[in-house]
Amino acid sequence: MAERVLMKGNEALAEAAIRAGCRHFFGYPITPQTELAAYMSKKMPKIGGTYLQAESEVAAINMVLGASAAGVRAMTSSSSPGISLKTEGISYIAGSDLPCLIVNVERGGPGLGGIQPAQSDYWQATRALGHGDFHVLVFAPSSIQELVDMVFRAFELAEKYRMPSMILSDGLMGQMMEPVSFPEVEVHTYDKPWAACGHQNKRPHNVVNSLYLKPDQLEKIVRERFARYEIVKAEEQRAEEYLCEDAEYIVMAFGASSRISKSAVDIARAKGIKAGLLRPVMLWPFPEKYVRKYAGQVKGFLSVEMNMGQMVDDIRLAVEGRVPVEFYGRTGGMIPTPAEVAEKLSAMAGGVK
Amino acid sequence: MSKNWNFVFAGFGGQGILFSGKVTAYTGLIDSREVSWLPSYGPEMRGGTANCSVCLADEPIGSPLVINPDALVVMNNPSYDKFISTVVPGGVAVVDSALVAHESGRTDITEVRIPATKLAQENGIGKLANLIMLGALYKATGFTSLESIRKAVEKCVPPTKSQLVELNMKAIEIGVHYQP
Amino acid sequence: MAVVYQKSSMLTDAPFHYCPGCTHGIIHKLVAEVIEELGVEGKTVGVAPVGCAVMAYDYFACDMVEAPHGRAPAVATGLKRAIPTNVVFTYQGDGDLAAIGTAETVHAATRGENITVIFVNNAIYGMTGGQMAPTTLPGQVTQTTPYGRDVTKAGFPVRVCEMVSTLSGVAYAERVAVDSVPNIRKAKAAIKKAFTAQIEGKGFSIVEILSSCPTNWGLSPVEALEWLRQNMMPYYPLGVYQDRTEKGVFCNE
Repeated sequence: MAERVLMKGNEALAEAAIRAGCRHFFGYPITPQTELAAYMSKKMPKIGGTYLQAESEVAAINMVLGASAAGVRAMTSSSSPGISLKTEGISYIAGSDLPCLIVNVERGGPGLGGIQPAQSDYWQATRALGHGDFHVLVFAPSSIQELVDMVFRAFELAEKYRMPSMILSDGLMGQMMEPVSFPEVEVHTYDKPWAACGHQNKRPHNVVNSLYLKPDQLEKIVRERFARYEIVKAEEQRAEEYLCEDAEYIVMAFGASSRISKSAVDIARAKGIKAGLLRPVMLWPFPEKYVRKYAGQVKGFLSVEMNMGQMVDDIRLAVEGRVPVEFYGRTGGMIPTPAEVAEKLSAMAGGVK
Repeated sequence: MSKNWNFVFAGFGGQGILFSGKVTAYTGLIDSREVSWLPSYGPEMRGGTANCSVCLADEPIGSPLVINPDALVVMNNPSYDKFISTVVPGGVAVVDSALVAHESGRTDITEVRIPATKLAQENGIGKLANLIMLGALYKATGFTSLESIRKAVEKCVPPTKSQLVELNMKAIEIGVHYQP
Repeated sequence: MAVVYQKSSMLTDAPFHYCPGCTHGIIHKLVAEVIEELGVEGKTVGVAPVGCAVMAYDYFACDMVEAPHGRAPAVATGLKRAIPTNVVFTYQGDGDLAAIGTAETVHAATRGENITVIFVNNAIYGMTGGQMAPTTLPGQVTQTTPYGRDVTKAGFPVRVCEMVSTLSGVAYAERVAVDSVPNIRKAKAAIKKAFTAQIEGKGFSIVEILSSCPTNWGLSPVEALEWLRQNMMPYYPLGVYQDRTEKGVFCNE
């Protein structure tokens, strides 16, 4: 087993990306993701890679588009307000069926919001990373080790399904240090016969493009893309189940808030409440299979989020009204406490037991 | 199985608060425990308040944000006022008495008052009051071994500044051996 | 039978969609011929803009990428950084390059990004139906300056070559026109010099080409070329605005 070292989430993510074969990073400074870019700026020149500080988030994501179109593993990272600026490029990348990795180290919003950890970009990540009908693979790590492991998977799945991957981190995950090890894993890559890398006079010219002026042609392309999304939904739903087997109340939470919720579940169990935690590891595709499995068993779900209630929509869609789905959240960079969540669970279970 | 520890280190930015928290976190890694280190962060680069949460445990750590510390290490008045009431009953507060004049009047916790900043100046290690405080924390809680602390310091000091290891250990020893 | 003329192999057989009298066709031909003559077709990647030339990806026979509006220099930067031995060019209009993409243009230029920008300036937004462009002349009537461009309200036109020539990363900047045979020959020479500068790693190169838009100017093709000479050339003088092609931008400082 590789040596365990203490690393900040942002730095561990950067190191993992390099180990996953990414040699092209395009960024723009913003708190609280800055350590990621700084790490890249230190490492990339030493390994023949590219670190480029772009003139804007808009330019950075379009540099990713260009590099990805050329066939290399490329990424960018930012935090909430910067991701809003990138959405134009993300839509074009999705519309051009290009793989890439986008990291959002979330902070509070809307507007300039704040710089403390938040999860208020769930809707943006799962529904609105730009105009048009499309999806992005969304990963939600809850520990630094998981973050590292996800980076490899995010690049691989992006190439496998030819779509962008997003790692939805947050200020807490980005700034926190935890022990991590970087296992020696084989990096899987996929052939890219579609790349605009120069045809060497050996094949017809490749065109990387998202424009289809004929409506029937555009619809065909979009439908093909959505057929691929159906495969992703069938194959890639992931969730961690903690004490769910006999649970009467299931807390659902992702990323930083899932750690708090896990502590809350332990508190509730100690009080005699049969609580469990169902933690989406991926937010898109949403693990609706898991939710459906438990919807017939439990008395209620509780969504715990660092926002005003966003993922709760997806839980309700999957539960289809069979049991109550409640919400507890803090916003603007406030982090819920395990005691607050446990209290909410007690209330759902009919008062303190 | 040793005790799980939740620490808060707090003071002004520039005092090395995050560093002593990091050394503490590294002792956990050396002792093969679960570890988390979570800093506060903000727009002030120097002089603003800084604090970090450090957890050492034998099972995976839930919330890395310490709300009620078992031990508080505190190096200024604003942080003392903010955190002293959060220490769990029966817990420990290590207070730099050269900088903290305030008193909480709490009798259900052990307050260790040590003039770390003054001791650092007297010993010609003006910037290492944070590690004198760490020495005092070790003495008050025994959360790890001195050997692990030394190894942790070696991990935290960059290789280019390895001459600082002995100086850091000297500061820690001052904290360990301080008699009020 | 001896071949006296043939279409460049750098152009596909797709018929151009450009309006009668539009000079995009001439410029496409010049770019294609230069790339073919330099023998780099197989390692060239072009970036198409948003605007009339959006479908340039169907016309150039090298690999092509279609960029969001104004972002072609950023996309080209990504392509070039990924494979630095490739030849990368953008083909952009005035709205794309000098309005929505000003930041991308200026910063690719100041980084000395080793790419070539073909900038087609026809003083109007063509594809959307003839609105004011950043290069629309003072007093020029467009769909959105129906009383003529009033500089007190709409500001002044941007002179791109003059502006970017102040930046240290620019190896070559020349303004040419395609209104006459002699000028077309000069335009081709400028395009060749720009691509050669890139192949030799000299830095950012840009060729601004004064072009006509008979449809949106409301003129016949011949009148349009005359209008270009009478109105655009005085405001946008032809010539070389920067030339660091001898030593390259990173050795000149």
